[in-house]
Amino acid sequence: MRTTALILAVGMLLAACGDTTDQGTTTTIEAAAPTSEPTTPTTVGTDLPETLTIISHDSFAGGVTEETFAAFTADTGIEVEVLPAGDAGSMTNQAILTKDNPVADVLFGVDDSFLSRALGEDIFEPYESSLLTDVPDRLELDPEFRVTPIDFGDVCINYDVAAYTDTVPPLNIEQLAQPEYASDLVVESPATSSPGLAFLFATIATFGEDGWQEYWTTLVDNGVNIVSDWDTAYYQEFSHWGGDDPLVVSYASSPPAEVIFADPPVDEAPTGVVDETCYRQIEFAGILSGSDHPDAAGLLIDFMLSPSFQELIPLTWFVFPANETVDLPQEFIDYTLVPASPISLDPALVEENRERWIEEWSELVLGS
Amino acid sequence: MSTRAGRVALAIVPVGFIGYLFVYPVARILMMSVGEGFGDVLTSASTRSVVWFTLWQAAVSTLLTFVVAMPLTAVLSHFSFPGRSLIRAMVTVPFVLPTVVVGSAFVALGLSNSIWGILAAHVFFNVAVVVRTVGGVWSRLDRGVVEAARSLGASPLTAFVRTTLPILGPSIAAALSIVFLFTFTSFGVVLILGGLTYRTIEVQIYQEATTFLDLGAAGALAILQLVGVVGILWAYGRYQRTRSVGLELAAEARVLRPARSDTERAILWSVVFGTLGLLAAPLVVLVGRSFRGGLAGWEFLVDPGRLAITPGEAITNSLFFAVVGALIATVVGMAAASLISRGSTVVASSFDTVLMLPLGTSAVTIGFGFLVALDEPVDLRGSVLLVPLAHALVAVPFVVRATLPTLRAIRADLREAAAVLGASPRQVFRHVDLAIVARAAMVGAGFAAAVSLGEFGATSFIVRPNSVTIPTLIFRLLGRPGAVTFTGAMALSVILMLLTTALILSIDRLRAGELGEF
Repeated sequence: MRTTALILAVGMLLAACGDTTDQGTTTTIEAAAPTSEPTTPTTVGTDLPETLTIISHDSFAGGVTEETFAAFTADTGIEVEVLPAGDAGSMTNQAILTKDNPVADVLFGVDDSFLSRALGEDIFEPYESSLLTDVPDRLELDPEFRVTPIDFGDVCINYDVAAYTDTVPPLNIEQLAQPEYASDLVVESPATSSPGLAFLFATIATFGEDGWQEYWTTLVDNGVNIVSDWDTAYYQEFSHWGGDDPLVVSYASSPPAEVIFADPPVDEAPTGVVDETCYRQIEFAGILSGSDHPDAAGLLIDFMLSPSFQELIPLTWFVFPANETVDLPQEFIDYTLVPASPISLDPALVEENRERWIEEWSELVLGS
Repeated sequence: MSTRAGRVALAIVPVGFIGYLFVYPVARILMMSVGEGFGDVLTSASTRSVVWFTLWQAAVSTLLTFVVAMPLTAVLSHFSFPGRSLIRAMVTVPFVLPTVVVGSAFVALGLSNSIWGILAAHVFFNVAVVVRTVGGVWSRLDRGVVEAARSLGASPLTAFVRTTLPILGPSIAAALSIVFLFTFTSFGVVLILGGLTYRTIEVQIYQEATTFLDLGAAGALAILQLVGVVGILWAYGRYQRTRSVGLELAAEARVLRPARSDTERAILWSVVFGTLGLLAAPLVVLVGRSFRGGLAGWEFLVDPGRLAITPGEAITNSLFFAVVGALIATVVGMAAASLISRGSTVVASSFDTVLMLPLGTSAVTIGFGFLVALDEPVDLRGSVLLVPLAHALVAVPFVVRATLPTLRAIRADLREAAAVLGASPRQVFRHVDLAIVARAAMVGAGFAAAVSLGEFGATSFIVRPNSVTIPTLIFRLLGRPGAVTFTGAMALSVILMLLTTALILSIDRLRAGELGEF
């Protein structure tokens, strides 16, 4: 009951409004030459199952409609069922716990921060989709093809345009600690929030193992506001939504989202992204090794990389499609920046240090 | 059917239920996760500080809840006045609201990242426990004894301390142990308002299991918490037993009277408005936010655009699960209460305690337990049925609390008379027990439905079909971009609040004159 009520809320932001931005140019150039067709079941055998099950985090499941997999069902005759399993961490742990008798055929939504653990537990069956040729190499983190990149998003500092009419917003992570941005920034706690964790990783990637703690000390001295989740940060503390802080850790897709959801409609995005602060998150799908239908599951992975699924991604989950032949919605081209060089960390390094970093951060910043 | 066979049949349902859906899954997951490092986790400095915080915040929260709730309890137990039952119902609503909803309202009140926010929210949620548990006895307490004491020259205070307090004592103690239980295992409130500066054992379990993926540490902490919960429930069981012994209660209508003097009226209304003002603040914030930007949030509920699951579907799902969950909980809970009311003291009270355990067990533990245990003989893990079953798990204790006192009060000679007249055990159960307890059972079922409406615990940790309920949809909306989805989430919270209020109001109608513990 309510004791646990929150549980999700926190995690759900995880991938909740993912987002992204990026590659406007790439997509338009390549859009004219689709290199791949939606999967057609050339390998259809007689043993195709009636249903395939995907286990995913709640935010993915929340966006699935009857249309999402309709084209796949039409092609193969296979229905797709999606089981929501909490946030990305909870989902990953559930898949590990049930690896002998999995509840699903495919897992979708493990991101780079939990990838190492999932691979280490040996829960996936390798599968190399032919559509990977349409996916940039930098998204393919597993050389053994146990997981396939489906989408990616960036966690970035967002600023309230109206708050910086006379002054300029910061340009990078370093500047956030400068006196002119004193008490301007709200961040989510990395202990309870996925974008909060991404921002911590961004600071660790920027300042290194030796420097991030000192940076956070100056950030605290500079009056950083820390809240538990993205929702609170964005809709309560961020000045665009009535709070006091004109800078917030959010997503690269937040400005287009502001335009898409604006009521009444607006011509300009009221918020912007500081592109040098963006930390890249990639989401993967994999075939669970205990699945009874690995071949059919492979078809499903192909479908998820195909344009008919990939083009749903931006406006449904507010992240970017991994398949670079897919056109982006105009809002994603007009209202968000392309992070020139998104920050990232090696998944193995993350797995090794995640707990220690969060604990050190908690001690340093929260004093507990 | 012999008496013995009848009793065995009666026992199979609740024992099977709690055994298969709670004891077995929790045992499985704890056995899987506890390994080397068990002792290290328990003795580490961070565990010590988490345990210390868990204990002291629970104690202070309980005390504050008592201080806030007692004046209202006293007033509700003395005076009849227009709106009395509405106020009783309104006080109960927070108890069944999901914490994430209320937590964000407290944040809006400026109480985030502070111990005061945590304490205030705990009071907010638990005032109902004291008002209902203590008020249930106090409002039916024959005033004759007090008046006798007064006429013998005792001051009002002396009369209260010497006559009323001893009678109320066990129910006060029972209420306090339940509040302590809920705040001891507090999760959502602490996570949202404490921002991890403050961590209860429950929060730490969640953290270990889902952020660090360290099941060993989570398991060790879960066992530690379970030990604490068993201790609290043991104390609760003691108080609650002494309470039901030999108490002749009068009808509420005979005990309550209108406020007669101006002083009485002043006390009455200042207490009522003072307490309601405190409790209403977060709810007012909630309602206010649902109207941010005009009616957009409410229109969104009708026409949610691209949303996969519409609010309408979520409301339908919630009502469906509430009905099914309440049915299951009522059948299981009544069979359990019937068993407990007749069993030997030790066995019965141990079983009672086991049934209460799900209320104090970490949701991650139960959810992950389902996952590793419920794949045989039938794979329940992806079944729609698991949702109402999980709801029933936390609702059964409420049904037991609602029906047990009435069952205990059924005089044995009634049953014997029926048996002597040739009734089979089954007929005795039907025509004596069931007939008398039917109304209490309805109250229990109503409470179970209310609990199910707000449930957002173990079910949020298990893979489940995409059968979204109101609380689940609220959380999903909160995580999506767009101001409209945010006000929509607030509007949906208001709907949940109204549904719950209506339900509690109808329970209270039924309960008039009933003997419930909750």
